[in-house]
Amino acid sequence: MGGVKPDKSIDIRGLVCPYTFVKAKLAIEDMEVGQVLEIVLDYPVAATSIPKSMEDHGQKVLKVEKVNETDWVLLIRKEKD
Amino acid sequence: MEFTEEQLQRYSRHIILPEVGGKGQRKLLSAKVLIVGAGGLGCPVGFYLTAAGVGTIGIVDNDTVELSNLQRQIAHSVKSLGRPKVESAKETFSALNPDVTINAIKGKLTRDNILDIMKDYDIVVDGSDNFPTRYLVNDACVMLKKTLVSGAILKFEGQVTTIVPHEGHCYRCLFEEPPPAGLVPSCQEAGVLGVLPGVIGSLEAAEVLKLILGKGDVLKSELLIYNGLQTTFRKVKVPKNPACPVCGENPTITELLDYEAGYCSIRR
Repeated sequence: MGGVKPDKSIDIRGLVCPYTFVKAKLAIEDMEVGQVLEIVLDYPVAATSIPKSMEDHGQKVLKVEKVNETDWVLLIRKEKD
Repeated sequence: MEFTEEQLQRYSRHIILPEVGGKGQRKLLSAKVLIVGAGGLGCPVGFYLTAAGVGTIGIVDNDTVELSNLQRQIAHSVKSLGRPKVESAKETFSALNPDVTINAIKGKLTRDNILDIMKDYDIVVDGSDNFPTRYLVNDACVMLKKTLVSGAILKFEGQVTTIVPHEGHCYRCLFEEPPPAGLVPSCQEAGVLGVLPGVIGSLEAAEVLKLILGKGDVLKSELLIYNGLQTTFRKVKVPKNPACPVCGENPTITELLDYEAGYCSIRR
């Protein structure tokens, strides 16, 4: 999965739930099926809640990675409009 | 259309619903809904559609706010006593959500003005308190092919139905003619439990939101009956009547009718 290049990236550091998911959802809505969204976040709850919500909405979670002390990077592939 | 930060916050609980999302919220913001009546039903319908961010809401009503309204007409207050209900409602709804354009139309719907008033709206909601208006609104919606969400209440019982002209039934498929004046008691005569219009109006608002979003099922060719004393909901199938005088194959009503006044003749 390391080789997947995101088609779009959003930085939602500083945001808390539910705005973390609101921003992520709006970003993926504007993308095409098959494209990959990268999300950078620092709200710990969102590191588990966004992947779960994205799966519930029919999207594919490719990666959830804690990249440093405070931040996570998620990769989500759009499967469904 | 990009959402403002305020809109993201205001509509966040909608946007995170798979059935709504940003796309659905944009549909709501560009929708235009006309509410007939700013009374028991019109108040909760207007409140929830405003909160939901339905972009343009017209409200038509000819009455002024009276103390006897306040037991159930939740958009009005003691501060608006004596003022037109549409103005009072506009003030309340605008304070709730400034995103929404509220068109306050003070007046009575008649055969002469109804088509002109309705033409700018996508969906019509009936919250009127009398049969002449109910039939006038039905006939006008059939003629203009506007979807109509219709609600009615009395005592402890209410009903809701959604009329999609020429696809499902219309009000005249259900009851061909209005009952004779005086036969069916009005709310003034028979009373109404204050919360009942809240239940029925909320159901009407939910129908409108689903129609705009294009999600779920609406009460097309169905009548939902709520009994507040027993706490029961009953759904009755209402077939489209091919011989309906207004939406049938050979309609006999081809222009709008104004029924005799005298239905809601008893004032509070």
